[in-house]
Amino acid sequence: MPFKKKKKIETPPVSTASLPDIVFMLLFFFMVTTTMREVTLLVKLKKPQATEIQKLQRKDLTTYIYIGSPKSAALGNEPRIQLADQLASVGDVQQWVILQREEVNEAERPKFTVSIKSDIDAKMGLISDIKQELRKAQALKLSYSANPASSTEEMFKAYR
Amino acid sequence: MASKKRPVPEINAGSMADIAFLLLIFFLVTTTMDVDKGLLVKLPPWTEESSEEQDIKDKNIFVVLVNSQDQLLIEEEYATLEDVRRLAKEFIDNNGDGSCEDCRGLRDPNSSDNPKNAVISIQNDRGTSYKIFVSVRNELLGAYSELRNDISQRKFGRAYDKLSEEDRLTINEVYPQFISEAEPVKIGG
Repeated sequence: MPFKKKKKIETPPVSTASLPDIVFMLLFFFMVTTTMREVTLLVKLKKPQATEIQKLQRKDLTTYIYIGSPKSAALGNEPRIQLADQLASVGDVQQWVILQREEVNEAERPKFTVSIKSDIDAKMGLISDIKQELRKAQALKLSYSANPASSTEEMFKAYR
Repeated sequence: MASKKRPVPEINAGSMADIAFLLLIFFLVTTTMDVDKGLLVKLPPWTEESSEEQDIKDKNIFVVLVNSQDQLLIEEEYATLEDVRRLAKEFIDNNGDGSCEDCRGLRDPNSSDNPKNAVISIQNDRGTSYKIFVSVRNELLGAYSELRNDISQRKFGRAYDKLSEEDRLTINEVYPQFISEAEPVKIGG
């Protein structure tokens, strides 16, 4: 029986016409989710580790207070407070937190949270002073910002 | 004069993908999706006078002292960070007066009456490091979450964080969280 030579079927080239659409879709996703770093850190910050941490869901309801020794050597080693883009003193905290809370719309003000991002080498004296200022400002929801540790053993190890 | 209609040349859209890619890569690089995580704490409201005059029995307070050398003193005995969670759990779950049906504590008459009365107080020096404070705070929160998890497994057969809001509230009623962060004092060292 004569075999008929099969005619080679050419595979049609994959259409790349939809490629821009896909890329645009990704692009929009990242454009929407992206948040540019709002502040430049003026202090050295190494966050502690913890296991019992909870996520802070709403970024717009959170205000950050950074604590650590200044990056610029001229300012010494003593831990300082950074509010937004500048170094500040304990006395400024109350006023600043109140102003930040004013920006949140009224219905959601009870959920307003202050996140303390402090360096592990900061002393509790400074942090307690800030806590008192927060109490005076009636900003009672507080978060000690920490990095997740996989286990308590790991956390203890980091401590030593 | 009527001008002759010239055919508009078609714009080549082939480079559109390249432009989009360029933008995509830019946003991919600059994006930071870090969600802030931390130990959530509620501060007591501000009062002018120190309101330490509360009638709490001594045995219902679990005092954790941290001095400026980062050494721990729990209920007047030296302790290490590893002990905090176990000791706190024993204290909370003690159930001295037997009013907590779900507790499995030792019922030591010299420890807390029941979880509703048990208060944990963490006191630190001004010189205490933030690092150990967060660790201790973490262990105390961990003690509560372990207890809540245990009872959740017994009652509902599921982990605490898998429970519905209502079930969670019933458990929180058994083990309400009372952790007080006292104002720092000079405690030596």
